[in-house]
Amino acid sequence: MFRHDHPATLDNHITVAMSNDSTTVTKIAEIIINELKLEDVTPESFDADLDLVDEVGIDSMDLATIALVLRDEYGIRIDEDDYPKLTTVRIIAAYIEDKLNSND
Amino acid sequence: MITVSSLLDDYWYERYKKISKLNIRSSIYDVTDRCNLRCKGCFFFSSGEHERASEEKDVNKWHGFVEKEMARGVNLAILIGGEPTLCLDRIEAFYKRLPTFCATNGLIKVPRDRFPDMMVGLSLWGDAEDEKILRGKDTFKISSANYEGDPHAYYLYTITPKQLGKTEKIIKKIQDVGLKVHMQLLSNDEGVDGFSWQPEELVEVRAEMDDMLDKYPGTVISSKYYHEVITTGKMLDRTFGWMECPSVTEPIDKRNPRPKRLTNFIRWASDLQTMHRCCTSETRDCSTCKDGAAHMSWVMVNKRAHIKTSKDLQNWIEVYEMFAKLYQFIPW
Repeated sequence: MFRHDHPATLDNHITVAMSNDSTTVTKIAEIIINELKLEDVTPESFDADLDLVDEVGIDSMDLATIALVLRDEYGIRIDEDDYPKLTTVRIIAAYIEDKLNSND
Repeated sequence: MITVSSLLDDYWYERYKKISKLNIRSSIYDVTDRCNLRCKGCFFFSSGEHERASEEKDVNKWHGFVEKEMARGVNLAILIGGEPTLCLDRIEAFYKRLPTFCATNGLIKVPRDRFPDMMVGLSLWGDAEDEKILRGKDTFKISSANYEGDPHAYYLYTITPKQLGKTEKIIKKIQDVGLKVHMQLLSNDEGVDGFSWQPEELVEVRAEMDDMLDKYPGTVISSKYYHEVITTGKMLDRTFGWMECPSVTEPIDKRNPRPKRLTNFIRWASDLQTMHRCCTSETRDCSTCKDGAAHMSWVMVNKRAHIKTSKDLQNWIEVYEMFAKLYQFIPW
């Protein structure tokens, strides 16, 4: 009945404006590399459009950890409901910039 | 950097993508302290958990409680007991709101007009002889009559050392009544004579479980990696135990260091206030725990540790798929 329309199983089609701020992109890539202890990649070489779940293999527990670091780094709170749409480094960067701008 | 697609061919990558975003967060609920059986080896009664709390009888409080559980992110309710089917109104409080699994001995048939697609796990502890020794009666005769051909029910077959060499007979019986089966191992909490695992028996049972999966792939819901992990207590280079287990109730988790990969798991007593230590009993020695769900969860929360080789990642996918099938997040 509700099995296949439960939020946990929904694809998320929310779009977020793409970030062009390379500083933010690189910083987020650095955070992810450090938190996940990724090898053979640098913040500069990290593909900002790589799907974090389908390619890097992160899960909601990784995202929760990353969200805490981002909160400390940028002073913003990432709502858990927003996790599913934060699928790439570039999208996360845009999300953060959007949050920072709306705080101005 | 190793990526998922670099380790998987198209076939496995598609399987991965079907489960990669499921984000299953389960918790376990004692629905009642009562049961219509008293099985030797049942951790709930042997550890005295049935006396830890006085069950909440106001069904409205169950409804409110489930709402709060959903608000903290639970998206799968696993109902255990006592015997949950003694309290259908309480089950309904969960079922109306979220994916719900009900573990039962199958003596009472869940009314399908009221719970049409609720997944039901039917406990089975062996052949008729062992069932009589451990549970006082051959429950299969009754449970199979109640659930024959039910697409939302499967047997949870707890293999004991006495069952070595006999599992195929059980699997065939289950196949013949049109049901699926998932195998797990008895943790002999009550120290019933002859029912504790010896190392050589664990080697033997792993081979037997593998054999059953090969011979009955349409009936047995399992994975060889799960067989390996549960019989050896090893995952990659790690050993299962208290400091590794993800199925510890988080608000009362005093482990130091606390494992990082936890999912806000709680096992609630039937008063809806008391929390049990973990998914099984406090009296259990974690180094000998054979709890299937705990071992599955241990693998599932450690996905990135398996993104090393193709085989490791395929193993992880198979365990996650098994769990997702058992709780109806993906079809059989």
